[in-house]
Amino acid sequence: MTEADIHKTIETIFRIEQGRLIGGLVRLVRDVGRAEDLAQEALVAAFSAWPKAGVPDNPGAWLMATAKRRAIDGFRREAMQARKHAELAHDLEDADDGTEAIEAAMDDDIGDDQLALIFTACHPVLSPDARAALTLKLIGGLTTDEIARAFLSTEPAIAQRIVRAKKALGAAGLSYEVPHGKERTERLASVLEVLYLIFNEGYAATSGDDLIRPGLCAEALRLGRVLAAALPNEPEVYGLMALMELQASRLGTRTASDGTPIPLTEQNRALWDQLLVRRGLNALGRAQALGGGRGAYALQAALAACHARAKTAVETDWRQIAAIYDALLDVMPTPVVALNRAVAHSMAEGPEAGLALLAEIEDAPALKAYAPLAAARGDFLFRAGRFEDARAAFEHAAGLSRNAGEKAFLMKRALACGQPAK
Amino acid sequence: MRVMVFVKATEDSEAGVMPEAELFEAMGKFNEELMKAGILLAADGLKPTSAAKRVAFDGPGRTVIDGPFAETRELVAGFWLWEVKDMAEAVEWVKRCPNPMPGPSEIEIRPLFEAADFAEILSPELTEQYESNRAEHKGF
Repeated sequence: MTEADIHKTIETIFRIEQGRLIGGLVRLVRDVGRAEDLAQEALVAAFSAWPKAGVPDNPGAWLMATAKRRAIDGFRREAMQARKHAELAHDLEDADDGTEAIEAAMDDDIGDDQLALIFTACHPVLSPDARAALTLKLIGGLTTDEIARAFLSTEPAIAQRIVRAKKALGAAGLSYEVPHGKERTERLASVLEVLYLIFNEGYAATSGDDLIRPGLCAEALRLGRVLAAALPNEPEVYGLMALMELQASRLGTRTASDGTPIPLTEQNRALWDQLLVRRGLNALGRAQALGGGRGAYALQAALAACHARAKTAVETDWRQIAAIYDALLDVMPTPVVALNRAVAHSMAEGPEAGLALLAEIEDAPALKAYAPLAAARGDFLFRAGRFEDARAAFEHAAGLSRNAGEKAFLMKRALACGQPAK
Repeated sequence: MRVMVFVKATEDSEAGVMPEAELFEAMGKFNEELMKAGILLAADGLKPTSAAKRVAFDGPGRTVIDGPFAETRELVAGFWLWEVKDMAEAVEWVKRCPNPMPGPSEIEIRPLFEAADFAEILSPELTEQYESNRAEHKGF
């Protein structure tokens, strides 16, 4: 093995072990920043020891043992200093008793350290953005620079966000454990929110973007699978997994080669990733079997599943989709859901039904200057044969849109109203 | 990236010798590790080729050949489908796998083609499919 090979091997092993390693250390030293530093020290030690001695049989255990030794050295130093400063007359025996107790506590594995770390990084005391950055850093193994590129931000800004997040966690006096009972449900919502944020950030990336951005979808899926394996009885975890897997199944087909978006109904379904579709449908089935069918993620996954099950766009079961939107609006009463619900009903019952639902929501402040609403109205009017009104709506939508590609698309539709298709 | 990880057949696996309970347990533990790491997409074991069939192609001709097949070391006894960051990660995970067979054995890692690999070849066809899809739904 060349030097470069062994370095790559060490980096790879560290990436695999990182979540568990830092998670275990956090439980020991009760400080995320210190745990991260200790893990880095163990990595440095591996870089110096493994090229000579070879990679140990259980590299994860080696890294953990090394980091723990450093932690104990640190405790000893601090204890000595505290003693010196206070000029206490205790002898060193006490300090040794202390470290023995610590070592005993470390060997007592109280659960899944990586899972505990995910809950810590996604703690609700942090903003969703801070949670996402910290999760990608601690569990995803992304560098600060990679996170900055992924979120279209700068390295100093992300570095500062992470430092602040670690401080906030330290100040909050957390238990650094996997929460149970009612607390778990609340904390889990915070974790799922972060995973979906990471996923969507990747989903929004276009073909010209830095590859690190689409990579976020894969990382969110991986984290979701980690969570599902650790918490196999939480329906919302499976609801989110189903949603992400089904959406990811269409990643390759949602844009044309020139980067323009292709609407769902016009995508080449033969290219949808059938493995992800099947995994998504299975996860949805599990969420429903666990009694979580009415959860916000599960309902959104059920919508995606309707599209996945339709072999062609014309076979889409719009009545079922409209019914699912009715249920989704109850648990997620946002203007965007209301708008999509109107679109679904227009497909199920005709454009007039869509227009009637739009009339209920178009005065909502959030939707007043919302291009997709105007575009939807244009579409309904066009389909109802009211081409003059449709053109006005499309032109209005184009004026509201800030995306050049979308603007061009809407102007094209406005133009088409002049010579309607027969 | 997605990789398929093949467990190669041996005389034992082809003879239908079932693994010892100990190996079964070790393999179960390894699979659990893969799940906890979030990389396992699918996995299965295959029956010996005495239960298999091959269809040989030659121009328009199709000939069905019954197993078992001779070239044992080239046969597959089982597989996983993993989603990993790179080949190095896949290799690291395979190293952690218990020896899947009683004697010497081999595991092979094959990366799957991705859409990007086809971009140049498929692009005109895709565009055509896209255009015909669009045409179908015009009017709506």
